[in-house]
Amino acid sequence: MRRSSRSLLTLALLLIAALVTGPAFGQALNVQIVGGTKSATPIAVVPFAQQGAPLPTDVADVIRNDLNRCGKFRSLAVSEIVEQPTQGSDIKFATWRLLKQDYIVIGRIKDAGNGMVTVEYELWDVNRQQRLLGEAMSPAATSDLRSVAHQIADKIFQQITGIPGAFWTRIAYVTMVGSGNNATYSLIVADSDGYNPQVVARSHEALLSPKWSPDGTRIAYVSFESGNSAIYIQNITTGARQLISGRAKGINGAPAWSPDGTKLALALSYTGNPEIYVMDLGSRQETRLTRSLAINTEPVWAPDGQSVYFTSDRSGKPQIYRVSASGGTPERISFQGQQNLDSAISYDGKQIAMVQANGNVYRIAIMDQSLGGQVRFISPGPIDESPSFAPNASMLIYAATDGTRDVLYAVSNDGLVRQRLALADGDVREPAWGPYRKQ
Amino acid sequence: MNKTVRIALVALLCVGAAACSKKQEVKPQPQQQETQQEAPAQTGEHKYTAADLDTDACLKVRTIYFDFDKDEVKPEFQQYMQCHAKFLQDVPTARMRLEGNADERGTREYNLGLGERRGNAVSSGLQANGASSSQISVISYGKEKPVCREHNEDCWSKNRRVEIVYTAT
Repeated sequence: MRRSSRSLLTLALLLIAALVTGPAFGQALNVQIVGGTKSATPIAVVPFAQQGAPLPTDVADVIRNDLNRCGKFRSLAVSEIVEQPTQGSDIKFATWRLLKQDYIVIGRIKDAGNGMVTVEYELWDVNRQQRLLGEAMSPAATSDLRSVAHQIADKIFQQITGIPGAFWTRIAYVTMVGSGNNATYSLIVADSDGYNPQVVARSHEALLSPKWSPDGTRIAYVSFESGNSAIYIQNITTGARQLISGRAKGINGAPAWSPDGTKLALALSYTGNPEIYVMDLGSRQETRLTRSLAINTEPVWAPDGQSVYFTSDRSGKPQIYRVSASGGTPERISFQGQQNLDSAISYDGKQIAMVQANGNVYRIAIMDQSLGGQVRFISPGPIDESPSFAPNASMLIYAATDGTRDVLYAVSNDGLVRQRLALADGDVREPAWGPYRKQ
Repeated sequence: MNKTVRIALVALLCVGAAACSKKQEVKPQPQQQETQQEAPAQTGEHKYTAADLDTDACLKVRTIYFDFDKDEVKPEFQQYMQCHAKFLQDVPTARMRLEGNADERGTREYNLGLGERRGNAVSSGLQANGASSSQISVISYGKEKPVCREHNEDCWSKNRRVEIVYTAT
């Protein structure tokens, strides 16, 4: 965890294009997986057979890393893969049983012409000697092989766990390079494993609170570029941007999309203290949801769109409350811990992640509704924040500090496997896990 | 506006002095000395001018510090509420921005609220001492503009602050 022990897989630093908006390369994150779990399912992902020129991506390696970091699988180290079958008929099951593998994945990459390749893969159950999946993916550009690998990992994950995989998704986060008047903040969108960073927005003033639209096309965020906080919505493909709330007086903060994408919950303080509002994005009409002299902020929608969770210190210290999306009396949700802030809700509404503070230690806690409101910690602290669930809730991403650096961790839902995402010479913060991708 | 106005005034004085110097070289200076001497003689009645911002020991204090998760202006900072409030009264054209800040503990959006609450507390303190709300604006940076980045109370106490920024005099 310390900087001294960063034996990181360092990626090539990509050129930082000096564009304010629109697709551009961001600085690549260093990626490292820590921890592991004995109870995880053992799976061998054999290197895929391939003819012709070397490819930019080791497809099997991407699949292995995906399966490892979700915490549910333990992939066999490449050095222990003693045989390399490429067809189902080549698999000697006795070998893989001896290696105590439950599943084996094999595959082939074929030239499809015009710089395109076709990836074929098979998933086999070692004990039953039965093929569970076998498929040829659509031809893809070699530069897009990471996406293909993530999609294969998703199918393997779903076949074995019964839950859709969420590896082929994206994350958004904010980087800060430099300090004081020389600071540059960038809103970045990258693959869920931190690869392929693209700059969405860049500013010399703070950027924070990025939130994905449910369809994954736009990001709402807060920018201080005008001097005060202001909320914007930006299309991540075209760069087109709308100002949503830029009142000169008070905070314009904490945007949160309704599940149907038609409304945005916000925290605005032009009346004197931050209150939660819901803005209809079509009519731009605002409805006030809370009335108290406290700080009311960090709204987040229940998956059914019927209620909004938020942070409020109306009881003295910040705690999580829930209010009907049409207003009414809020109900306190968090009772354990000195402070609870910044909730995130799983897709099925059953788990609520939050930042829980006890003394000077801020950790990510998950409250499981089915466990009677008991919380379990999935991060060690001391300054952890901004939890965000993957769309299948198998993992979360959160922000942490490491020395005087801000870094991100993607963590398995049980907290046992963590993947550290750090910038070589800057801070990474404010992560937000995007929805399932369609393209 | 402040600098421009001040420079313009100085320029006018110079023009006046130069114009006067043709006929009576000494006269303008005693007049200036007279007004300067008048103020300290009657303590409390001294009217602040824009120039005092850079020289007055009390007005030179532009940062108010706070306790953890608190927004009360502590007793030791009350004297600064008084002199800055008096300055705003004495210089009605003066405008002030109060920039509220928080330490790293707690989430970014919640800290925006805390920073604003501190800014509002200083604003109320100034108004209680006679300043007009129309001269004061409050902005919160939350924990986005720390002056130091270590994880200890010494550093945190430096970051829990409201900075007084004069935007016009």
